[in-house]
Amino acid sequence: MRSMGGTPLPANVKLIDENGRRMDGRLPDEMRPLKIEAGVLKRADGSAYVEWGNNKVMAAVYGPRECHPRHLQNPERALVQCTYNMASFSVDERKRPGPDRRSHEISKIISEALTNVVFTEYFPRTSIDVYIEVLQANAGTRCAGLTAASVALADAGIPMRDLVASCAAGKVADTVVVDLQKEEDNFGQADIPVGFVPRTNEIVLLQMDGDLTPEQFDKGLHMAVEACKKVYQIQRDALKRRYSARAADEDVPPAIVEGAMMREGQ
Amino acid sequence: MGKDVVADLKRDYISKLLAKGVRADGRKFDEMRPLKIDIDYIKSAEGSARVQLGDTQVVVGIKIDKGEPFADTPNSGVLTTNAELIPMASETFESGPPDEVSIEVARVVDRGIREGHAVDLSKMVIEPGKAVWIMFVDVHVIDYDGNLFDAANIAANAAFKTAKIRGSKAGLSEDQPLPVVHQPISLTAVKIDGKILVDPTHDEERVAEARLTVATIENGNLCAMQKGLNGAFTLEEVSKVVDLSRRIGAEIRSRF
Repeated sequence: MRSMGGTPLPANVKLIDENGRRMDGRLPDEMRPLKIEAGVLKRADGSAYVEWGNNKVMAAVYGPRECHPRHLQNPERALVQCTYNMASFSVDERKRPGPDRRSHEISKIISEALTNVVFTEYFPRTSIDVYIEVLQANAGTRCAGLTAASVALADAGIPMRDLVASCAAGKVADTVVVDLQKEEDNFGQADIPVGFVPRTNEIVLLQMDGDLTPEQFDKGLHMAVEACKKVYQIQRDALKRRYSARAADEDVPPAIVEGAMMREGQ
Repeated sequence: MGKDVVADLKRDYISKLLAKGVRADGRKFDEMRPLKIDIDYIKSAEGSARVQLGDTQVVVGIKIDKGEPFADTPNSGVLTTNAELIPMASETFESGPPDEVSIEVARVVDRGIREGHAVDLSKMVIEPGKAVWIMFVDVHVIDYDGNLFDAANIAANAAFKTAKIRGSKAGLSEDQPLPVVHQPISLTAVKIDGKILVDPTHDEERVAEARLTVATIENGNLCAMQKGLNGAFTLEEVSKVVDLSRRIGAEIRSRF
């Protein structure tokens, strides 16, 4: 999140200018461009690639499969195990490879958010493994990761109540904005990553750090939810594109694809 | 152990096809899979490339930071190669510290670029004995369908092409291009039923008896080799792989 180190913001750069525009020209409620592609990897049971502003994030799903370590097995449910990892070259200062405390925490909250929407009771004793790889980071990688992971789960044919859509809100230069990019994250005043389930109108991931009045928080949360709804549409479009292309290849009636949005036969 | 049962079944299938002179994906024995190279794929890296070799996909990112030289090489920059076989890429990869497979990949890629003098490390000195540029070549395997050695080697070479040393990291005003000298390209072949196949897929690797990687530079000289697996090669087979490496290496080099 907001780092203390690094180069200070140059004096002539304003996070919000006279016209209410942000550093990259966006309005406060405007997201960065988001592109999602489903089914990008061959080996994985399901996968998705997300390009969100200058973030590049890949998600892969394996499973349901045998649960390791075995003592984590649940005789009644599947375990959704997410691993969030940043490539060493994804940030300006090379990151030491491997998990750290931050990535452990993010893995945990994303696992929990995804568990909420997966019908885990259908696959007792198994594990559904979700891998999120951040290839290029520019703030908002946990939201991009969760967004990609949901699409990858659907691509793997895992039965779900809905997709989780995710986007952050925050505060920069005393203005509440959505989808902070790196400078806004570094020099902003608050960050609120949100994971949202549109069908049930529920929040499944929520964090906050920084300083916000209750009004600002309320405004930020609502702006994040509105942004999540846009993300959700792009997630659905990605899945439809993937499976209408597949249907054309394999002569599956479109109605089946539209209805199930599942991959046939693992 | 499940994978070994599958390997036995696959071996039969692959062998029967090879006897007819055919590979499972329809390639000739000396034919690479389609190669796609995206240079400058990662903006946060000083140099980068994504390589797709058939269904194998790797991303190589170059990071270059200021650091101290090794005591025995005060007038040389430092090259460090690291490979991560992340669980995303295959159901057989596990997270955690690098295992022997990823260490071998990293070392073979490193040997190719180091011994082939891909980069002139003597030009990466800031102050002799005190400060040099340390170059990290990080191989990230995204999708694994065999032949990581060549995919990673090609990606590293491609990433060097446009890599920049950021002067600001050492208080210098100017950026400089990475001092690239050669392009050592590796070629990997496996032996199955006495037949030599280049650029093996994952299935072919699983049933292979022996594996040989040979790296060459522009003038056709060899700069690195690595033999793997339990089987053996005859002298003729080795020289056949060397010839293939020189020919195919030149073809790959002409791609970037």
